[in-house]
Amino acid sequence: MTEQIVFLLQLVIAGVAVGAVYSLMALGFVLIYKASTVVNFGPGELVLFGAYVAWATILNMKLPLIVALPLTLVVAILLGLVIERGVLRPLIGEPIISVIMVTFGFASVVRGVLNMTWGSDTRPFPALFANEPFRLGPIPISPVHLWSFVAVMLMLLAFSLFFKFSLLGTAMRATADNQQVAQSLGVSVKGIFALSWCIATVVSALGGIILGSVRGGVDFSLADYGLKIFPVVILGGLDSVAGVLIGGGVKEVAPFVVLVLILMIRPYGLFGRVDVERV
Amino acid sequence: MQCGDFRVSYAADERIFETRLPVIGVVGLLAVLAFAPFFAGTYWLDVLNRIGIAIIGAIGLNILIGFTGQISIGHAAFLAVGAYGTAILGTKAGLPFWLAIPLAATLTSLFGLVFGVPSLRLKGLYLAIATLAAHFITAYGVIHWESMTNGVLGFNVTPPKVFGLAIDSDERVFYLIYALVVPAVFFAKNLFRTRVGRAFIAVRDRDVAASVIGVSLYRYKLLAFVISSFYAGVAGGLMAYHSRIVFPDAFSLLVAIDYLAMIIIGGMGSILGSIYGAAFMTLLPEVLKLSATSLTGVYPNAFGLIASARDIVFGLAIIFFLMYEPAGLARIWERFRSYWKLWPYAF
Repeated sequence: MTEQIVFLLQLVIAGVAVGAVYSLMALGFVLIYKASTVVNFGPGELVLFGAYVAWATILNMKLPLIVALPLTLVVAILLGLVIERGVLRPLIGEPIISVIMVTFGFASVVRGVLNMTWGSDTRPFPALFANEPFRLGPIPISPVHLWSFVAVMLMLLAFSLFFKFSLLGTAMRATADNQQVAQSLGVSVKGIFALSWCIATVVSALGGIILGSVRGGVDFSLADYGLKIFPVVILGGLDSVAGVLIGGGVKEVAPFVVLVLILMIRPYGLFGRVDVERV
Repeated sequence: MQCGDFRVSYAADERIFETRLPVIGVVGLLAVLAFAPFFAGTYWLDVLNRIGIAIIGAIGLNILIGFTGQISIGHAAFLAVGAYGTAILGTKAGLPFWLAIPLAATLTSLFGLVFGVPSLRLKGLYLAIATLAAHFITAYGVIHWESMTNGVLGFNVTPPKVFGLAIDSDERVFYLIYALVVPAVFFAKNLFRTRVGRAFIAVRDRDVAASVIGVSLYRYKLLAFVISSFYAGVAGGLMAYHSRIVFPDAFSLLVAIDYLAMIIIGGMGSILGSIYGAAFMTLLPEVLKLSATSLTGVYPNAFGLIASARDIVFGLAIIFFLMYEPAGLARIWERFRSYWKLWPYAF
């Protein structure tokens, strides 16, 4: 009996750790949506991109972790800039269907380029943390799960503080609230759009690295995680950072059925703003 | 001499063919198509069949998105309902195809009606996500209702019979498909010359204004979902009879994205555009395959790169059309035509 409870608790801990990673990816998604009302339908490809670049720098080019990790993040930032400047900025003011489709379009290009460069075989991913599980009472906890959970929580805390207190974070919130007013107060709205894409690609890359080390390998099925963030995001509220956290925690019990019901009852999610355009 | 668009009556404005040349063109094309099975090899006949199916599906999606302005990312789910409906009715219940396809398409319409309900409360982005959820719910249902669908493995479809003649070869399926493509195109083309079609366009252009002039949003939005999913149901049924097997992977989210790409590349809000887009998206992988085959002499790895090259070209095509020609191939063709119409006095 106790064994079953221990096993259950282990599963819960693993679930919470993976849920935390979902929260991280959903954060990137929400940031983009909040700042520029663009829905990114290719979040999985951003995760995939981060994981593959990390694999290439750590295992293929054999760079030390201290160099490889920042390098991966810099490449991720570049990707964010390319996407924002090259693809989304020309489409500002176009119909929603165009913006949705263009995110599908660049996701497809990213997937194709990754596939062409490194092939679609499963790649072993370095274990970033020690393998020896340690015990919390009777429950063995894998360090990967614990550290990824801690890392995600720290990042989410850092982002919350950033949005709450820093000047740039305030500018981002102002842009999300009302672009014209923000612009008249001297906020560079274009800069904010670019920044939100960069943050999104960076957190997605980090999510990809954590998922890679939790799973011990990267392959193209990582991209499937991208679509699973939609229930997380809708449940938590499409534009709420705190909501993302809670939505991520309960994603196992929030399948897409709940999503439809929520869209019908509380389209703005549990914590979002009430301004969904209704008919 | 007529110069540019010069219409003096409503009849002239409503005309499908402005001059006699396109009429001759359409008749000629149909005549060529009627004999296509005799000279097109198995390979190109298969491509033509897939184009025909894609045309029906793309017109359906275009009616919903391009003409009525309701975003749907769940088109693959509608195709799946049509395909599984036809397959189950035709194979397990033993109905003839001329009953199985319409019944399955009607079923798909009802299904579309259910998933159209969110459109009454939501629009734009949230509607897109609601239809995305519809897709995943359907995919789950198809995989887990094993007694009916045989799960992930799918099942074989018995070929339909016409007067005792089994439609089991590409040539025979070709006639079945195009016997439905032609009425589908003409129905859609004429739909937008009627009150219903114009109501769809009014809902797309400004829903509030449409409801003020007496267009019931409730009715026409749901009607658009019904018509669109009926088309998808027919296309799905033809898919089942064309590949003679149904399995869940044939209706993945990528299929829905393919159909979206068809109407974007072909031209939103254009029936002709749906046809161009369907042909473009079906031919794209074939052209890549052919060029890879011809390149293997120079670059032996070329064949392995097809899948990734397809992803890249597909993505770039979507991005290119959205940025530089949002009205799609239909608009390019229009420009080309009007240039030659006025040539050599192009001013």
